[in-house]
Amino acid sequence: MSAPGLELRGVSLRAGDFAVREVSLAVPAGEYFILMGHTGAGKTLVLKAICGLQEVDSGEVLIAGRDVTDLDPCERGIGYVPQESGLFPHLDVGGNVGFALDLAGLGPEEAASRVEAVAREVGIGPLLGRRIRGLSGGERQKVALARALAREPRLMLLDEPVSALDERSRGEICALLERVHSERGLTIVHICHNRAEAEALGDRVGVMNAGRLESIEERSPAK
Amino acid sequence: MKPATKRDDSRTASRRRPGRRRWNSPLVVVCGGLLSLFVMMIGCLVAADVSYLLSKGTGWIHDLDSRVIDQVKFALRMSLATSLTTLVLIMLTAVPIGYALARFRFPGRSLVNTVVDAPIVLPPVVVGISLLAFFGYGAGKPLRMALDSLELSIGSAFGIVMSQYLVAVSYCIRSAKTAFQGVDPSLEQVARVMGCSEWRTFWRVSLPLAHHGIVAGGVMAWARAIGVFGPLMVVVGTGPRVLVMPTTMWLELSTGHMEVAVAIALIMLGLAGVALTVVHWLSPEGAAV
Repeated sequence: MSAPGLELRGVSLRAGDFAVREVSLAVPAGEYFILMGHTGAGKTLVLKAICGLQEVDSGEVLIAGRDVTDLDPCERGIGYVPQESGLFPHLDVGGNVGFALDLAGLGPEEAASRVEAVAREVGIGPLLGRRIRGLSGGERQKVALARALAREPRLMLLDEPVSALDERSRGEICALLERVHSERGLTIVHICHNRAEAEALGDRVGVMNAGRLESIEERSPAK
Repeated sequence: MKPATKRDDSRTASRRRPGRRRWNSPLVVVCGGLLSLFVMMIGCLVAADVSYLLSKGTGWIHDLDSRVIDQVKFALRMSLATSLTTLVLIMLTAVPIGYALARFRFPGRSLVNTVVDAPIVLPPVVVGISLLAFFGYGAGKPLRMALDSLELSIGSAFGIVMSQYLVAVSYCIRSAKTAFQGVDPSLEQVARVMGCSEWRTFWRVSLPLAHHGIVAGGVMAWARAIGVFGPLMVVVGTGPRVLVMPTTMWLELSTGHMEVAVAIALIMLGLAGVALTVVHWLSPEGAAV
């Protein structure tokens, strides 16, 4: 039996007065897992702990069976789409998508063709030379998604990638996420607030409350 | 009652444009008036220098001893050479220090901030006296002897650079710190997850995003460095091999060459003007104007 794409074993951590307690979770490889909860429930903290951006007090984080708890964020091989896209304003769209591909061992030509391929896949080919400042919210999220995909991670973490978008862009990005997930067979952990969005996208939905993972619901038969 | 015509409506609309500032409001009169007075005051000082020189005509230049002209040329070269060396040292140190103050949390951080800002509020001559005390009597004495053996005497260009550095570096540190604080930390976090080490994140994200503020701080620090006077009078004096523009200006004034002093003052005003224009051009507000 293959190792889960992501596993949390009794993860506890503190950020100021707030604590996340004993979160245990196994996300099978290729699953689309939704993490829901009210604002301040601790979802983003858990995501940051998986990325390595938040220190874990106790417990273990395993990615594809490898214990990464003490690894630096840059060594975990994760694709990450933060809230509000987190695009680098000093780079153009192409620069963002190809950011740090040299660190993944790609030469300039290989990196350029990877950027073009991912841009086509996500539908931002014509935007590659554009500055970030002029992009719409939906375009920004697509660029952020392309940037995360360009490094070909096995695990993608999405922190409310559509919550700030209008309804049309939201539907477009959700459809794109669904397609990317099924075509690439990625393990995805996606934080969201919207129940309909969670049920449309997720194989399972975990609900957090006051720093605890309270329940995990199986996928709706409609999906 | 006369019905309102289309023309009346459009007039009313033009009078009540929301958000448009009224030029006769008390706030605009007080603040704008003071601003105008201040600009006029600076303008009057510059105009006074220019008109003084114009009133003297060009005859005084021909009457000058060639020694004085050589001295001024030397001072100009020395000022540029020492201030640019100081600028390099400032950029090499102020950027990492500014980053540390913007991003690191450590005990005694506010005290360190105060120490770093101290040269901004200290009278510059205090820096000179402290330098003299350090290299003359304190723990710096062995260091001075070591420097002497390398022909880097505190009374030479080395002393000029040290004085300029200590007076000016805080301006750049402050500017760099503010620039780094303006970089969204979440962008640095994204870069870390994307595979960049802390070091690479600094070079690829933090520094490019903060570079406007850093360059503006560097230019301000350079302008401050080239104008340093008090510490130089204490540390290096007015020997012929250590003259820079401010000390030459004072020397010429004290020997009755007012025209030369004013001419040097105008050159320094020009340099300061160029520096400030660059700073305003680099600042986001300036770019928007």
